[in-house]
Amino acid sequence: MRRRIPLIITFIIGVVLVTGYFVTRGPFNTLYESFSDYFAIITVFAFILGGGSLLKIHLKRVSNRSTDWPYSLVTLAGFAITLVIGLFKVGNPAGMGGEILAGGSWLRFVFDGVYNPLSATMFSLLAFFVASASYRAFRARTKEATILLSAAMVILLGRTPVGAWLTAWMPESLGFLELPNLANWIMAWPNTAGQRAIMIGIALGVIATSLRIILGIERNYLGRGE
Amino acid sequence: MDVTLQLWIDAALTLMILSFLYRDNPFYKFAEHLFVGVSAAYLMAIGFWDHLVPNLLGKLFPSLMSGVVPGAVGRSPDYYYIIPAVFGLLLLTRLVDRWAWLSRWALAFIVGGSAGFNLPRFLDSDFIIQVQSTMIPLVVLDQSGNLLWGASFSHIVLVLGVICGLVYFFFSVEHKGVLGQVSRVGIWVLMVTFGAAFGYTVMARISLLTGRMEALGAWLATIF
Repeated sequence: MRRRIPLIITFIIGVVLVTGYFVTRGPFNTLYESFSDYFAIITVFAFILGGGSLLKIHLKRVSNRSTDWPYSLVTLAGFAITLVIGLFKVGNPAGMGGEILAGGSWLRFVFDGVYNPLSATMFSLLAFFVASASYRAFRARTKEATILLSAAMVILLGRTPVGAWLTAWMPESLGFLELPNLANWIMAWPNTAGQRAIMIGIALGVIATSLRIILGIERNYLGRGE
Repeated sequence: MDVTLQLWIDAALTLMILSFLYRDNPFYKFAEHLFVGVSAAYLMAIGFWDHLVPNLLGKLFPSLMSGVVPGAVGRSPDYYYIIPAVFGLLLLTRLVDRWAWLSRWALAFIVGGSAGFNLPRFLDSDFIIQVQSTMIPLVVLDQSGNLLWGASFSHIVLVLGVICGLVYFFFSVEHKGVLGQVSRVGIWVLMVTFGAAFGYTVMARISLLTGRMEALGAWLATIF
């Protein structure tokens, strides 16, 4: 029961959704729409599960006094305060019926003052690490690394005013070699070719894996044991 | 709430994260852990109000939710929505070790749903349409019948690039001889694609960094 019922559920949902995509009339279409709604709702519960797991892990770290446990208190405090503010729409000018991120609400303050700067700075840190990674790649001196970084440099320069300024002296007959034009050509043709090859490869992989899941051949998502 | 207070918190958290460039330190760890807690709760709150309330609670308890969900006024309850509610609650049993096996039923719904949605969608948009878009003429002529060298060259690059890239992903045969050479060209094409993606990523990150520097500038302007 612990393994067979999930396999039956996966089969029914998968078959109904695949059939509903092709058969746009009758019960399959109705079921397709209902299951789409149900799927979106259950996915939201996954967020709640994520929050629950986060609480469980950090409470355990605090109770065990694990390494760096005081930082877990910071996570728990940030989580609890933001959740209360968000769920009860604290400070929302229109009350519980207002937009969740309405101007003047406390959640808007948390978003603008805490969440946004933290996420933007965290990702902007990558600019420095990317620079050091490209330096290491240049030192590798392989043909592949050179092609990758040359394409990156052309795109970087070609999409900024510096690129146009650097190659503005070129005669009109060699206009296609101007950095902005070269960047546009790379984006439109070789880049599209690579992206298309990747997309076709991924599509074949997804189709094969989906079929294996629906037919019950792929069962790793059920985990081990009963 | 106070804009100046927001500027100060914004600047303090920005500096705490940037301090990682020197080395790992307690200020960075504080900001990092705060980010984890705040972002998890923020996404939960948004998911609750934007999806769970209108799509589940509004359908199951329309009269109770009429003050919060505008479309629920005068609607009768749709009891079919008990199904996703039960599956959603089953998913939460994963938090209790004794009942964790029940969460497989909800997980089966999510996995089966993803497979059912993705199979036809990827077949249509990422396979058939992409193959169709690659079937283009290799020799491009203008209206007078003259050969357009540039356009023809670009089309050949595209078609050969896709074929070579796909050969690289074909692992059923050992990449030796002609196949090995074609696969090598495929790697070069993929490197150009990764290079373009790399260039765009660097640009996006630098743009974020510029935004952060502007925020710090605005904060400094309030002091001096």
